[in-house]
Amino acid sequence: MSVLVDKDTRLVVQGITGSAGSFHTTQCMEYGTNVVAGVTPGKGGQKFRDSVPVFDTVQEAVDKEGANVAALYVPPPFAGDSILEAIDAEIPLIIAITEGIPVRDMAEVKACLDASDSRLIGPNCPGIITPGECKIGIMPGYIHKPGKVGIVSRSGTLTYEAVWQITCAGHGQSTCIGIGGDPINGTSHLDAVQLFNEDPDTEAIILIGEIGGSAEEEAAAFIKENVDKPCAAFIAGRTAPPGRRMGHAGAIVSGGKGTAEAKVEALLDAGISVAETPSHIAEALFKVWDA
Amino acid sequence: MNIHEYQAKQLFSDAGVAVPKGTVAQSEHEFDQALSGLQTGKALVVKAQIHAGGRGKGTFKNGYRGGVHLVSSTDEALEKARAMLGNVLVTKQTGEEGKEVRTIYFNEATDIEKEYYLAVLMDRATSKPVIIASTEGGMDIEEVAESTPEKILKVSVDPTLGLRPYQARQIAFGLELSGDSFKQCVKLLTKLYDFFWSKDCSQVEVNPLVTTPSGEVLALDAKVNFDANALFRHPDVVELRDLSEEDPKEVEASKFDLNYIALDGNVACMVNGAGLAMATMDIIKHYGGSPANFLDVGGGANEEQVENAFRILVSDDAVKAILVNIFGGIMKCDVIATGIVNAARKLDMKVPLVVRLEGTNVEAGKQILADSGLALEPADSLAEAAEKVVQLAAQA
Repeated sequence: MSVLVDKDTRLVVQGITGSAGSFHTTQCMEYGTNVVAGVTPGKGGQKFRDSVPVFDTVQEAVDKEGANVAALYVPPPFAGDSILEAIDAEIPLIIAITEGIPVRDMAEVKACLDASDSRLIGPNCPGIITPGECKIGIMPGYIHKPGKVGIVSRSGTLTYEAVWQITCAGHGQSTCIGIGGDPINGTSHLDAVQLFNEDPDTEAIILIGEIGGSAEEEAAAFIKENVDKPCAAFIAGRTAPPGRRMGHAGAIVSGGKGTAEAKVEALLDAGISVAETPSHIAEALFKVWDA
Repeated sequence: MNIHEYQAKQLFSDAGVAVPKGTVAQSEHEFDQALSGLQTGKALVVKAQIHAGGRGKGTFKNGYRGGVHLVSSTDEALEKARAMLGNVLVTKQTGEEGKEVRTIYFNEATDIEKEYYLAVLMDRATSKPVIIASTEGGMDIEEVAESTPEKILKVSVDPTLGLRPYQARQIAFGLELSGDSFKQCVKLLTKLYDFFWSKDCSQVEVNPLVTTPSGEVLALDAKVNFDANALFRHPDVVELRDLSEEDPKEVEASKFDLNYIALDGNVACMVNGAGLAMATMDIIKHYGGSPANFLDVGGGANEEQVENAFRILVSDDAVKAILVNIFGGIMKCDVIATGIVNAARKLDMKVPLVVRLEGTNVEAGKQILADSGLALEPADSLAEAAEKVVQLAAQA
């Protein structure tokens, strides 16, 4: 079992004919992901890799191929519009990999998203993977292994670090969700923790956060009250200078808010095992999880 | 992206937001012309232009005090301008190295009746723009929020609807304005919000906003930040970028799409991914070292980028050792290893280098490093790599 995506997922890829879109879609198909359609306006009628039909609109992909998850590799100037198109086609789950979408566009997307039944993951994220069943995004598939740890993270390579530590220790992951490094995103740490908490096959949870905003604190407050599953966490950015954006648009300490210290304190207060360094994330989990 | 106060006020003025009349000069022989554009016989404000706050209370490196001066004559204005131009101003935001003043901004002084605080910014908690206003103008707004939170007005704006007239009235009433100043404030709020939205600002701050005895409402100061992701649709804003205000290493890095931030430690690092790059800085500190920079080379760095990244890292004289931490996913470790070896040879690097590779084709990558004959220290885990690099930096 898993959350959000599995072997029954029917994926449509927006921007499938672009360089990033075609490269990563090929990788996902080789992993076993069920890619049923692609969308590139103006290229409707073509076939991707001689097998996947390409449409002009997302609605056609839904009507003709029954797509129920959309992944976006659309360049930033057009990505906001592409998410709106997927929402309009009532795709239940939309995964936006694109980095660099203007915040204003995301504010508009978020308002429309809140008024819809769709869920967005990202933007500016590695995607989502249920090991052995479905990989949507840019993460290397082979570091994962089917298992019982749910992982949610704002960072890509830092997630790989945690995944690899779990895999090397002989365990695996139920689902890994990259929620992305932008200040406005579709799915929060809290949303992901709720999903993992309700998933019977997720036994333990790893939460990876970083400076900026208060999403980690909100998840910590929820865990304190509602989650009995063992949880571990790591927060990046203890040494980041205030007022500077650390690569991710959302990773900034401003006006004394969003510091790593405040997040670590909230996580510890919720009884979560917090790793001191990125090399000790699995170790922190095994302190509280008798796997 | 940040701009200067004088640039922000020009944009305000173009957008219909009232500001005091002002002129700029970038050299001494421009002073007279700049001053001739302003009303004579009235008081003036002379302001040093740097990308940092706290200018009024700052001190120049030559001992001269204050980056903002109220003067009563043009002679006095000239004297202040000469004392500031070309000198280095240190404020609580510049760090001890300070910033050289390259532009002087002359403003006609305003008769102030009362000062207010006004800002528009993107509130990530609600994913909506928010307008923040207060009757406590001219003060540090964080202190006001801390000590008297009831004096902070917050109005959240629906991004699909924009600022509605009743919301603008709500703020103007909340600031206890009436008559002409009420009407002018409502108009200013509407124009300021439109500016914030249409120019993709991440923050617009006016501190203070003032009313005059004759009922005018003016933005006396202006601080504007732009969303870097949206600059592609604002070439006019990109032209306002002042590279002399930025760290030269950061400017150089941005030419190669490298995400670099200079810090003051002696252990440099090169990492793929922003989160892992931050975590790498943290682990250097954890083992007793001090990071010299943040550097994210991105998910698909090529050999040219790796070489330029090394060149920028070693251009910092403080750097005593370098840690390369790559978790190869899509990026293959053997490709990265080749890039590292070629760059190290080309640049004839003398600084000790610790390399930690993990992920796709890691064994091939390690072999390339081992066969290179270069004095590289390989490491199997990030913890081991961090310990090694901190030791090497301490020995250097």
